[in-house]
Amino acid sequence: MTTTTLTPDVLIIGGGPAGLTAAAALAPRIRGEVLVLDREKDAGGIPRHSDHTGYGLRDLHRVMTGPKYARHLVEQATSAGATIRTETMVTHWAGDRAVEVTGPQGRLRVEAKAVVLATGARERPRAARRIPGDRPQGVYTTGQLQNAVHLHHSEVGSRAVIVGGELVSWSAAVTLREAGCATELMVSQYPRTESYAAFNVAGRALLRVPVANRSRVTRIIGKGRVEAVEIENLDTHARRTVACDTVVFTGDWIPDHELVRSGGLDLDPGTLGPLTDTALRTSRPGVFAAGNLLHPVDTADVAAIDGLHVADQVEAWLTGAGEPAPGLRILAEAPLRWVSPGLLRPGDPAPPRGRLLLWTDRSIRFPHVIVRQNGRVVSERTLPWPAAPGRVFRVPWSVMKGLSARGGPVTIALR
Amino acid sequence: MTDTTPHEPDPVYDVVVIGAGIVGSAIARDLSGHQLSVALVEARDDVGDGTSKANTAILHTGFDAKPGTLESGLVKRGYHLLSEYARSTGIPVEHTGAILVAWNAEELAVLPGLKEKAEQNGYDRCRIVGADEVYELIPSLGEGALGGLTVPDESIICTWTTNLALATDARQRGAEVLLNHAVTAVSVNTRSTTLTTTGGSVQARWVVNAAGLGADRIDRLFGHERFTVTPRRGELFVFDKLARPLVDKIVLPVPTSRGKGVLISPTIYGNVMLGPTSEDLTDRTATGTSEDGFAFLLDKGERLMPRLLAEEVTASYAGLRAAIDHGDYLIEPTPSQRYLLVGGIRSTGLTSGMAIAEHVHEVLEEAGLVLTARTDLPGPPQMANIGEATVRPYQDAERIAADPEYGKVVCFCERVTAGEIRDAFQSPLPARNLEGLRRRTRAMNGRCQGFFCGAAVNRLLNENGCGGAAAAPARPEVNS
Repeated sequence: MTTTTLTPDVLIIGGGPAGLTAAAALAPRIRGEVLVLDREKDAGGIPRHSDHTGYGLRDLHRVMTGPKYARHLVEQATSAGATIRTETMVTHWAGDRAVEVTGPQGRLRVEAKAVVLATGARERPRAARRIPGDRPQGVYTTGQLQNAVHLHHSEVGSRAVIVGGELVSWSAAVTLREAGCATELMVSQYPRTESYAAFNVAGRALLRVPVANRSRVTRIIGKGRVEAVEIENLDTHARRTVACDTVVFTGDWIPDHELVRSGGLDLDPGTLGPLTDTALRTSRPGVFAAGNLLHPVDTADVAAIDGLHVADQVEAWLTGAGEPAPGLRILAEAPLRWVSPGLLRPGDPAPPRGRLLLWTDRSIRFPHVIVRQNGRVVSERTLPWPAAPGRVFRVPWSVMKGLSARGGPVTIALR
Repeated sequence: MTDTTPHEPDPVYDVVVIGAGIVGSAIARDLSGHQLSVALVEARDDVGDGTSKANTAILHTGFDAKPGTLESGLVKRGYHLLSEYARSTGIPVEHTGAILVAWNAEELAVLPGLKEKAEQNGYDRCRIVGADEVYELIPSLGEGALGGLTVPDESIICTWTTNLALATDARQRGAEVLLNHAVTAVSVNTRSTTLTTTGGSVQARWVVNAAGLGADRIDRLFGHERFTVTPRRGELFVFDKLARPLVDKIVLPVPTSRGKGVLISPTIYGNVMLGPTSEDLTDRTATGTSEDGFAFLLDKGERLMPRLLAEEVTASYAGLRAAIDHGDYLIEPTPSQRYLLVGGIRSTGLTSGMAIAEHVHEVLEEAGLVLTARTDLPGPPQMANIGEATVRPYQDAERIAADPEYGKVVCFCERVTAGEIRDAFQSPLPARNLEGLRRRTRAMNGRCQGFFCGAAVNRLLNENGCGGAAAAPARPEVNS
């Protein structure tokens, strides 16, 4: 049996905010087809099942709920002329810019001139966090919980423990409340939750969620259904059990990087996404990446703006842009865990929104950013917004001014 | 007034096999190939839901068995029987080969003796190799290996499909599979034996006890005091499929006076496994994982293959092995009770199960059961392929063209299609809950543990009358 081959100009893998926005921007500007493949039943990505408002602020300049935002992005890409195929999953690479695909229409081969990876990120589930104990039912990630509650209208329990102190942890609390499940406790490894920004202060007041700071879950207890979790204070090592019937593991994101790894593309050891430059090129010519695959995770609108940014770069590639110049690595120093993008090439544009995206493990109210090259301080600046764990810390690209193209790797530190 | 309503007397099965694990299912399959009525009685709500689901899933050559034991002979014979059966039913098998790695002088000194033992067991393809060759075979191994012993025919197999194939085969040959029938009392009468179970009473002429972890308790119900099963907990980690290129062979520890170490093995599903621990317990339901177990495994893993630990953990399992205070399989008939004990079947039972069944029918025949082979047997069942060694439905263009449900991937991480999930609910021994579905299809066994597909899988369970199964990260258990 012969396999059907599709030959779009641009193949976008992943129909979330980044992929759909890139498709909408590219479709009117290029002659050939822009094909978006999404493995879910409906395109739209994570916002589909994130049924609260706040979406669209930075890209559309108005706010709406997640599902509405998802539908808007699908509509925008479709009316721009892009093709979206859902329930269609890329399974293997079949060449530098060619892939094998499975969908209800059959086994397809797609050969494109340019590929954009926009596969997003997911939360580490319990197993990946290596948390021992029983194996009862009632253990979720936020993604699974929101999928169950908002898309499948399933019931969850009545008393939950939320594991994690990230922005998404509060989103889980909102979903639980809508599902009629009380949050007994939020367990966070960080010392303060107040530092997480306004959302959390407001959220805490609104949701009245008790928080155990500087704590971790050490065991899940329960036969059949969750009965309790054991938690430990990271400083005193004191342990106690908290009764609950539902546990939600939130945050602790990892990019969905299977195609990056199986294709042998260079990996950024910090983000675990593909290593890209500010033009969002990966190490393979003609293969680009955008969205939370690169920075696990920033908000949906920031991912969408990546899509706008990558569209320009894809268009330049299709019209025969030359070889990019050799790049300098951009590296993050503790307490910064990663920085995205991780490469800087002379002559390239500034990154999306003119921001470097970073992740901090420590909360700093007035962060002082120091950029060094070969140990020499190139620039430093105190920023008026905090660096807080659990959400992306954004730094203006202008801190990179004054670097030498031949000067060796660049490091970014915080004080 | 007398009740004259005629009522059917309970059927008296010629043979009732207690326990629908690998061994019990293989025995029921073999016996139902004869002119006998057979029932396979299982305490749980699915076949293969006890110790058999919890296996390191190695198809053993039997190279390291104790020569001259019943186990040694049956493992050797079982290797061939099961390899052949796997070919005819589609049970996934991968011939990876194994290597025992010596990390110190004591372990190195043990290797020639192991090679000799393998030869005594009739296996002459082991080879002692130097450190250079060890690293050629497993480049990602940690530093410090001194040498090794290769076992080219050790293989990996899908333990879930094996169990399901044997039980399905038994059923298609006419055996009755009675789930949710936990035996609570036994009454041996002159012509038949009555088993009182949680699912009602069952009458049998002959009873075969293949109850695994519960075999000693059943044996006591027959009035014997022969042995005690000690639940031995084994915990292990399953690493992400992206780690699979690191491990192409089964990496075995060298058994020494200081005990058995842990192994690293590719899995038939394309992952890498590290484990198991070994811990004697008293609680036969203690299938949880532990902090100590995890710490032990991580410490071992750090030395065996540091690069493996940089990969994500997809699942952690714990399971109970049925360890007994006896150096060999315990297969003993009591003809006066028309009763046969099949106890002490350790992890090798996956490999030897079909040979045990052959042996059991010989023992029963000697003890007086008349066995006449049937000539009207149906062919072996054709099992769904959930292994990575051959083409899976999502890769099969023709199959998708014939039925687009095989083109709808529901579980992305494991690439399980809607067609396969539908089939699992419609098979002769259908999935009855999430665990059963996972063992039949791999749905939700992958790295996201339900982040993407959990809710969809849960809905399919509900639609197929398996409600109440919340999409929790439940997982199969393990033994070794």
